[in-house]
Amino acid sequence: MNGLAGARSFVARWARGDTWTVGLIVIFVLLFIFTKALRSTYGLDALAIASLPVAFAAAGQAIVVISGGIDLSIGSVMALTNVIAASLLATYPELSVPVVILVMLIGALVGTVNGVLVVISRVPDIVVTLAMLFVWAGAALLVLGTPGGSSTPWLREITTGTLGIELVPRALVVLLVVVGLVWIPLRRSRLGLSIYAIGSNRLGAFRSGVHVEGTKIAAYALTGFFASLGGLALTASTGIGTPIPGPYLLLSVAAIVLGGVSLAGGRGGLLGPIVGIYILGIIRADLTFMGMEPAFSTVIQGVIMVIVVMVGAYLTLRRREA
Amino acid sequence: MTGSATAVEPRGGPLVVARVWLRDRPLVPLLLLLAGLVALLEVVQPGIVSVNWVASTMRFAIPLAILAACQTMTMLTGGIDLSVAVVASMSAYVMATTQSDIGWLAASLVALVPAGVVGLVNGIGVGLFRVHPLIMTISMSLVVSGAVNVYARSNITGGTRVPSEITDLGGQSLLGFLPNSLIVFIPLAALILVALRRSGYGRLLYAVGDNEVASRLAGVRVGRVLVVLYLISGLLAGFAGLIYAGVIGSATGRLVDPFLLPSVAAAVIGGTSIFGGRGGYAGSIVGALILTVLVTFLNVMQAPEAVRQILFGAIILAVAATYTRITEGS
Repeated sequence: MNGLAGARSFVARWARGDTWTVGLIVIFVLLFIFTKALRSTYGLDALAIASLPVAFAAAGQAIVVISGGIDLSIGSVMALTNVIAASLLATYPELSVPVVILVMLIGALVGTVNGVLVVISRVPDIVVTLAMLFVWAGAALLVLGTPGGSSTPWLREITTGTLGIELVPRALVVLLVVVGLVWIPLRRSRLGLSIYAIGSNRLGAFRSGVHVEGTKIAAYALTGFFASLGGLALTASTGIGTPIPGPYLLLSVAAIVLGGVSLAGGRGGLLGPIVGIYILGIIRADLTFMGMEPAFSTVIQGVIMVIVVMVGAYLTLRRREA
Repeated sequence: MTGSATAVEPRGGPLVVARVWLRDRPLVPLLLLLAGLVALLEVVQPGIVSVNWVASTMRFAIPLAILAACQTMTMLTGGIDLSVAVVASMSAYVMATTQSDIGWLAASLVALVPAGVVGLVNGIGVGLFRVHPLIMTISMSLVVSGAVNVYARSNITGGTRVPSEITDLGGQSLLGFLPNSLIVFIPLAALILVALRRSGYGRLLYAVGDNEVASRLAGVRVGRVLVVLYLISGLLAGFAGLIYAGVIGSATGRLVDPFLLPSVAAAVIGGTSIFGGRGGYAGSIVGALILTVLVTFLNVMQAPEAVRQILFGAIILAVAATYTRITEGS
């Protein structure tokens, strides 16, 4: 088999196995072609920058949901890492690279704390992360009482503008490279398989020798890591740190649903939720371009989500009965 | 009369006996915690616990307890209703903006209509389309909060005022220590408590939450049960919003929004399982009281907002973890 045929059969296999994501990409491309907003006032790079923090949050939420949990504290963790990055960068502007690495480590550490608490308290994930939502939001306020701090130039440079030809926004490249570097090797590793295993059948995974508790903690650590990337993206795009959590919890859960990740765990990937975020972003840009009030466009986005989840659930129901 | 578990004389030391005794009476540790918190408050600030203080604590706890009823009932079926807070805010705002034209009673009833509609849509999504309740109610809360903003724009000249009948109900007390809102809350709570234990519908909620497939096979129309449940939840949320507007004495489009997570927390520390089938409303009422006293306590300590939030989260988690250990036994 030559390389081209191999690649073609790989794509075909992937498309068959992941029809939902393929459908999302088709919708995105259609929206992109028929959207005037992106070519006149609001470039694709603006869309990519605005979506970057949410896209990282969606990737993080996807990992923990695949493992059978949910992280309600993701918005607070983003706020916490955002203010830590902004205040450290304001104090030590010359140490920007170590600071960024440190913030990523803090994100993973915060996620680990969430995971350990879920495992040792035996309280449902949703309750633990609900309580931690308050704790991390409070911690963010401790770090920075009011919006402030600053960013570093290179953080902004790698995420703004386009690369090469006009069509490829840098923020999109950063997103795909970072998520790909972490997720593609992980998915093929033993840990990745274990994350899917404990999500789809916890007891079955345990009896097959998967270290359920360790895997769960690792999934939360990864979510914390992606949340810290979201926080860094906030620092890069706003240039400051804001201690109040944004609407990222809601958006990340919305992206999970749009992206075809099952809330029951064990199914889905990271590409779907990310494409879902871009579709939500493009719809928002369209509505703004059409001169719609922001309040009204929130209603429309909500209605679209309600319709999508209902149709999605209905199709699943039909398939199960068939 | 001795409970069935104590009659079997558990082996082991007094610790085990105490644990089994507590497991059969889940309200006892909660009431102890509540009493402990009140005592601690009195120690930290002597003289604060008075008749007036009890009345004001109850006034603030009642709307939270009604919202916790929404969470308790939906959680019994394995669901959750994350739209209650925005629905409550919506009802309060609609009431406050329409009362000058149509009077307070008609305005209150009109305000419950959109609340019921949102609940019905939630119910149709969860019950008939089988959307995950978390997703369905989060999506609907996006729609509702947007709709409230649109309504606020169109109503910019109207102005808001909470009528005196509502502020009397929410913010005043009978004989100086019995909050007026108890007049509506006691019958409502009694109805929910009795309905959950004794009525066929209440038992269906436990049945659906405990084993949905089995109840379906036993002939329960699960879809209909859920549609009615989320409709009730929406109406109760709207009602809670009206009472809270009375407590505060004013209404904005976001008035009750901060109550969302506490309403879930009240039901959880009240011992209702988020996986369904286990729990009850009595615990949630005590849970709402505990959270209200806790907020007072953190305010009295004059801790900065950051520390208050951290302690609030940590205490919710600690209570939930302890409670899980006591009630699930070894």
